[in-house]
Amino acid sequence: MDAIATSAHAHRGSPAAIERRRQRMLAALGVPALALLAVLFAYPVLRLMALSMEGGSLTWYAKALGESFYLEVFWITVRIAVIVTLATLVLSYPIAYFLATATHLGAALGFALVVLPLWTSILVRTYAWMVLLGRNGVVNKSLMAVGIIDEPLALLHNELGVVIGMVHVLMPYMVLPVYAAMRRVDPDLLQAAEGLGAGALRIFYRVFLPLSAQGIYAGCTLVFVLSVGFFITPALLGGGRVIMIAVLIEQQVREVLNWSFASALATVLLVGTIAIYGLAQRAIGERADGAT
Amino acid sequence: MSTPAASSRNLRARLRRLALGLVCAPIFVFLMLPLVVVFPLSLSSAPYLQFPPPGLSWRWYQSYFGDPVWIDATVRSLVIGATTTLASLAVGMPLAFSLVRGRYWGRKLLDRLAIAPLIVPTIIISVAIYGLFAKLKLIGAWYGIALAHTILALPFVIIILGASLRGLDENLEQAALGLGASRWQAILRVTLPEIRPSIVTAAVLAFITSFDELVVAMFLAGPQMTLPKKMFDNIRMEIDPTIAAVSVLQILIITAALLIAQRFGRGATPMDINGA
Repeated sequence: MDAIATSAHAHRGSPAAIERRRQRMLAALGVPALALLAVLFAYPVLRLMALSMEGGSLTWYAKALGESFYLEVFWITVRIAVIVTLATLVLSYPIAYFLATATHLGAALGFALVVLPLWTSILVRTYAWMVLLGRNGVVNKSLMAVGIIDEPLALLHNELGVVIGMVHVLMPYMVLPVYAAMRRVDPDLLQAAEGLGAGALRIFYRVFLPLSAQGIYAGCTLVFVLSVGFFITPALLGGGRVIMIAVLIEQQVREVLNWSFASALATVLLVGTIAIYGLAQRAIGERADGAT
Repeated sequence: MSTPAASSRNLRARLRRLALGLVCAPIFVFLMLPLVVVFPLSLSSAPYLQFPPPGLSWRWYQSYFGDPVWIDATVRSLVIGATTTLASLAVGMPLAFSLVRGRYWGRKLLDRLAIAPLIVPTIIISVAIYGLFAKLKLIGAWYGIALAHTILALPFVIIILGASLRGLDENLEQAALGLGASRWQAILRVTLPEIRPSIVTAAVLAFITSFDELVVAMFLAGPQMTLPKKMFDNIRMEIDPTIAAVSVLQILIITAALLIAQRFGRGATPMDINGA
């Protein structure tokens, strides 16, 4: 950019003045987006949060965090998010490893299989899981036909069904960052470890796993934060029995019409999400600094 | 000629590879199962969910195309998706330039604000905008949904275009300036063509973000239907295989959008999101 400044120098004043003008113009380019975000994002969200403290009291927060039914909702939400995050990690790590080490063709094919669900509507996938997991669904029928079970398993309208559906939706968000981290691992380091006489398992635990940990942290943060706010999957696969926080907020706004309470719940969810995200970013950042 | 030690190492490596494949195969099946299952289901002749289907028929496709509510919802979703795409590019492209090249005060904050809709749960954004729009009497207006979707699509546009602009060789633009082009000419004739693949990728992602979006639409659409809203209601109320036919059609539409991106963009993979 300095070159522009110098070439224009002769015509339009000092380089500093030109740079100032350029910065003003660049700042102006951000104004439409800023206006849109202010009016349709920042203002409505702050306005919603303000509703929770109407009259200056914390009654609605006392209700959200004091009554056992609502505490249970928070607990279920966090529990499901933790289980989903761990299950997603366990299933995604081998896939990411496969993608990172596969031949060109294998990687291309594997990628298609990982990314295709990501592009498919969540509604389509959730519907398909209802077909698969129902009492007379594909999974139960197949298991009974093979003779593994005599009675259909309860896979739908409970936490298990919600977890299965969410893991499926969120897996790509884990596979991709873990894969990216694995690709950054220098193969020379693995060779060096092997040359020094380390076995395959030892190389994996002592060299490869720590070096790919960055991607694991990033993936877990993303999946957890997304899980906590999930609505569609619990609403459909939970069959009204698994109330996660987003489902509760929707009910409060659309059925109970209790805006103040919904707002208190939303504020707790928002503050929790941002806190977790912020803490995780900081932790990842520190680890990254420590590594260099 | 390989030594025995080398060949045994080779064998072990192969066995490990095989074990990895055995672990991964069922996980890949898990990923694909829901996508695969809707195809035969959409061609079922039974009026209820039955798998495998007792016979084949096109009746669920006919029931989709014959129902004005479905078609109306689809058209509305396409219009909202197209509007969202245009709006998020119109606002997002200048913003991406501004964020990547600007060094002004508040730039970091603006960056955070633009990315925030990705992290803030959609239910919160939906309820918040619902409260505002109810006051402004905008519930049921299709452009209200498109505006709200633009907020959701903006982070993708910023991340993808931002990554592309950062990777761009600014010398090209300077060369154009040195050859006598004005700054706007340089941007229009040199920079924009250079980042075109990313613009296509961003556009496709913005479109899908909107076309697939349920929660915002559920709150803002009022009595109107969008495709995801109609699908959600159908799944909740009565499960007949029309929804499977719609699912297949939606998979085909999204695949078409991706193929367009492949053709005109440089590989619209989510890695672009991830790389930033």
